Amino acid sequence: MNERPNLNQAGFGNLAPAPKGLLARGDTSGRIRVVGRSVSVFYGEKQALIDVNIDILDKSVTAFIGPSGCGKSTFLRCLNRMNDFIDAARVTGSVEIDGVNIYDPEIDPVQLRARVGMVFQKPNPFPKSIYDNVAYGPRIHGLARTKSDMDEIVITSLEKAGLYKEVKDRILEAGTGLSGGQQQRLCIARAIAVNPEVILMDEPCSALDPIATARIEELIDELRQNFCIVIVTHSMQQAARVSQRTAFFHLGTLVEEGETSEIFTNPRQSRTQDYITGRFG
Amino acid sequence: MTDATLDTNVGSRLGVDWASEANARRLKKRYAANRRLQFYGLTAIALAIGLLGTLVSSLVVEGYKAFYQSKATLEIRLDPADIDPKNLADANYRRIFNTAIERYVPEAKTPAEKRQLSDIFSSEARYALRDYVLAHPEQIGQTIKLKVSLSDPFDQLEKGVIPRYVDALSSSETSRFEALAGRGLIEGRGADAAMKVSLSIDPQKVSSADIGAGRFRDIIADGLLATLGNPNAVGAAWPMLRDDVADVLKAYVIAHPDSIGQRLENFKLPLSPNYAALASGETPKVFNQRFASEKQFEWLDRLKAQGALSYPFASELLLNPTSRFPELAGLAGAIVGSFYALVVCFLISFPLGIAAAVYLEEFARRNRWTDLIEVNINNLAAVPSVVFGLLGLAVFLNSFGLPRSAPLVGGMVLALITLPTIIITTRAALKAVPPSVREAALGIGASKHQVVMHHVLPLAMPGIMTGVIIGLAHALGETAPLLLIGMNAFIPSIENIGLLEPATALPTQIYAWADSPERGFVARTSAAILVLLAFLVVMNGIAIFLRQRFERKW
Ligand SMILES: Nc1ncnc2c1ncn2[C@@H]1O[C@H](COP(=O)(O)OP(=O)(O)O)[C@@H](O)[C@H]1O
Ligand SMILES: [Mg+2]
Repeated sequence: MNERPNLNQAGFGNLAPAPKGLLARGDTSGRIRVVGRSVSVFYGEKQALIDVNIDILDKSVTAFIGPSGCGKSTFLRCLNRMNDFIDAARVTGSVEIDGVNIYDPEIDPVQLRARVGMVFQKPNPFPKSIYDNVAYGPRIHGLARTKSDMDEIVITSLEKAGLYKEVKDRILEAGTGLSGGQQQRLCIARAIAVNPEVILMDEPCSALDPIATARIEELIDELRQNFCIVIVTHSMQQAARVSQRTAFFHLGTLVEEGETSEIFTNPRQSRTQDYITGRFG
Repeated sequence: MTDATLDTNVGSRLGVDWASEANARRLKKRYAANRRLQFYGLTAIALAIGLLGTLVSSLVVEGYKAFYQSKATLEIRLDPADIDPKNLADANYRRIFNTAIERYVPEAKTPAEKRQLSDIFSSEARYALRDYVLAHPEQIGQTIKLKVSLSDPFDQLEKGVIPRYVDALSSSETSRFEALAGRGLIEGRGADAAMKVSLSIDPQKVSSADIGAGRFRDIIADGLLATLGNPNAVGAAWPMLRDDVADVLKAYVIAHPDSIGQRLENFKLPLSPNYAALASGETPKVFNQRFASEKQFEWLDRLKAQGALSYPFASELLLNPTSRFPELAGLAGAIVGSFYALVVCFLISFPLGIAAAVYLEEFARRNRWTDLIEVNINNLAAVPSVVFGLLGLAVFLNSFGLPRSAPLVGGMVLALITLPTIIITTRAALKAVPPSVREAALGIGASKHQVVMHHVLPLAMPGIMTGVIIGLAHALGETAPLLLIGMNAFIPSIENIGLLEPATALPTQIYAWADSPERGFVARTSAAILVLLAFLVVMNGIAIFLRQRFERKW
């Protein structure tokens, strides 16, 4: 609809040019949080991701775009090792979060997933109460000593997810009874309840109507203040609206990565140009 | 999308004319095939329902008589002279009871008559009386009213299962007689009824000097043979004639001595009473041999006329253990035995089945070994249960030395039988839990074990329970393996049923009753099957309820 990327007002000013390796310790904004080096993924014989190198900045939203099947989800799942559960999947290369290779044998993938939260395409709240949905993560990780600690975590998480006002009267009712958009915000609340460092979102709005989508996009923009967010989206408008940086994937390779405004207005690669102008996809 | 000039009328482009006759024919054929398929399906369903209905209704028709019991309410005087208050249990209750019933039938004097009188009532009556006195010692010295069961023949008599009188003549006897009548050989009615036979009074067999010593039976035999043609028919004809038929002939010859050496045309040989009745157009009846005497009927009718007989619900059927006497036999022992066996079966197969299923479904990697295990489990579900019975006999009884007939062993064998079912249904239930739930839990850092314990198992539990209940219902009806390990013991008391004591189970009890010769067990068998079916229906009902109540739509 809108030809010109409707970019976020707050977006670009915050983005300090981030020279690789030279990080300002004090101000984490713009600091590199996730570093992928030579990441390749094989499903059996088939290579789904070919030698991806990327730096992902903290306190910003990075969008992965690209045609279906190009490996966006596959790469996203590399970042919290969800690929471990696919028997056929094999990951090579390294992914560092805060300088630590998460594929190091020393690293416990279960704890890693508490630090790298994930929101899925289809809202998937547990068939439990709203409260228990949010409390589940803190409970299994032992984040709350007392009941009131837990209540506080649940309430602040719901507040941060912009859901608290809507559900505060029925917090003990089933989470599956909420609308689709509310369910997705509940899933976001559930992910942030364990205070992760990185939040991965795999097409979080593709099952939602436009109003709920707008709500989630606002929320993502607020969450950017505190988290490093990576979002896969098939909608270029959405990428332009919510992200500061964009990575374009095609046929398993990372074609181009950079500031969103740059990618959309002045892409370096012709393939990127073709994709964002709708010549394939 | 890419093809902007999509032809909207593909049919015409391909040369298909949707309005053509060939197309109409094709359409008609398709509808006919549809209808045919529906018809086959409906026929199959109607057949299945019909068969089930026949089964259940025949069971009900046969079995409902076991659900009520003919009882007599008798006044019994508890004479303090007969009962020692310090030793209530050892009084001679049989005598007290007999005295009481003899008061109803004062004319029963001889020991044989007295025995016939007490035979009307169940042999349990004196124990019922003892139990009553033990429970109400304050009633000693009073006259009490006690409801006692009738013994099986009289119970069946009251239920109309067996008659007082039965046909005296079999249908082949009757038809043979009808054939003779058809040849015009039978004449007269009632006492005059006779068979007309031409006799030749052979002087060789009867001499005029001493008529009384004549061989008149032989003369009649010769006459019969001449008339009927073959010795078999003669043999069949003798019972039709009165026992004193030879004397009748003798009297005639004495009265007419000149008939010696003559031929007596159509001599009337009198018929025996049963055939005389038949000749008169009646159906001859005789007293039913199951009963000792016709007086018993009279006495029973007297009790009935006094309003002493009643037909209450036969709580014995559910509350009594089994017995040699059908009117006392009940299912309590079998129900308790089945319950113990099912508890053991559940305690073994539920945890084992779930553990195996969870491991195979959630933790095991797919490889040749797990495939092999899976195939074997599926095959185990198809192994005939009698094989498991043999296995139990060989392993649990012979190798482990566990006691025979015990519910523990029965339960272990039943666990072997239900285990594959439980594993298969549990795996299906686990598979039905959507992957999004697992992903959600894994995504916030739950370990595999937490995912299974916190999310997958609870969500799968209704499905698992459904499978378990259906498996247990299956186990409840298993007969052959229990017979093999001897869990068909005769258990006449329920006091000492235990896991290691000999016991019986519902299906084996049915098997035993079906094998019993007493008429009362026929109805009891059907009733027991109905009770077993009721248990199965209830269990399946619970399974359906669980499935409906907790079924989730994701
Ligand atoms: N579990 C899997 N097993 C085998 N191949 C897979 C699996 N998941 C994804 N793939 C393949 O990997 C490629 C990339 O998939 P994916 O990352 O889901 O694409 P995207 O999210 O960009 O649409 C696709 O060709 C897909 O068929
Ligand atoms: Mg995807």
